Amino acid sequence: MDTLIAQLQRQFRDYTISLYHQGFLDDQFTELKKLQDECSPDFVAEVVTLFFEDCEKLISNMARALDQTGNVDFKLVGSSVHQLKGSSSSVGAKRVKGLCVTLKECCDSQNYEGCVRCLQQVDIEYKTLKAKLQDLFNLEQQIVQAGGRIPQVDI
Amino acid sequence: MVMETESQFHVLAVDDNRFDRKMIERLLQKSSCQVTTVDSGSKALEFLGLRVDDNDPNALSTSPQIHQEVEINLIITDYCMPGMTGYDLLKKVKESAALRSIPVVIMSSENVPARISRCLEEGAEEFFLKPVKLADLTKLKPHMMKTKLKKESEKPVAIEEEIVVSEKEEASLVIEILPLHQELESEQLEPMLSSNKRKAMEEVISTDRSRPKYNDFTTSV
Repeated sequence: MDTLIAQLQRQFRDYTISLYHQGFLDDQFTELKKLQDECSPDFVAEVVTLFFEDCEKLISNMARALDQTGNVDFKLVGSSVHQLKGSSSSVGAKRVKGLCVTLKECCDSQNYEGCVRCLQQVDIEYKTLKAKLQDLFNLEQQIVQAGGRIPQVDI
Repeated sequence: MVMETESQFHVLAVDDNRFDRKMIERLLQKSSCQVTTVDSGSKALEFLGLRVDDNDPNALSTSPQIHQEVEINLIITDYCMPGMTGYDLLKKVKESAALRSIPVVIMSSENVPARISRCLEEGAEEFFLKPVKLADLTKLKPHMMKTKLKKESEKPVAIEEEIVVSEKEEASLVIEILPLHQELESEQLEPMLSSNKRKAMEEVISTDRSRPKYNDFTTSV
């Protein structure tokens, strides 16, 4: 009979693998995990939190810029999406990064409609990822609270 | 008993982005380096002891009193930064007699071949594409080792003075050691070192690197 810990660990493993297979995360997220250790036990959570804060701030900046119909500062949008592309890449947020690439292209060609549409998608995507990673961290906590170890998942 | 001569390298990381600073800091710590992060090229130069003339940013001078307070073994900088770019910083470092021996590594999120070759031509040791990985940082050690060994072989005489300091007050040697380097070069000191003194010298070198005072020094935006 499966213990609670074993069940939780299996859930954690399956969920992690699904996030990679569905393209939410890429191997840069794996790189992030390598940086977490006893000296920096919450590194991944800290970095991910910083990333989502950046998402919120940068998306809000871009939305505001795009709101100035007729007088859109595409330079501002461009520099914001450049930053977001960079951090999503560093965190392993594969889908978000992909959308940033598209958004950057729309911005470079000053395609207003494209920018607005793309930005909406970026917003949805980062929020989706945020919820999924929260679920993952919750699973980790449950495992630890049950007295188990968080399994190493090889993708 | 053989003294441990392996000591930590100290890296100065420059990036205007808060998120990227956190990443590079952790990467370097994980690679057993001591890290200081700053958010601009001008702050980097300030930290390194170069005085930037506000009226003429192209005129840099080394303040006669300010030696390099902290020994930096490598500078790693982002390319795209407002004001002074990573390339500008690289140039200023290489133009300075005091700093040019410090290896510089450039990071960029964009793969622009012309940019990469320009940086390498200007004297950058490596060009890393972001996101930087742990494996990339293993390339840094050889560059840092080169300058360290060079410095140690150039100054056997200067170290002798430091031994006197360390024997008296081990606790404060961490802070007092380096400023002596530059001053002592011109003095006539006994060139002969006994093997005992050399051992103590190595001990001094190994301990002066740990500087909890500067660990995680960040200049906030």
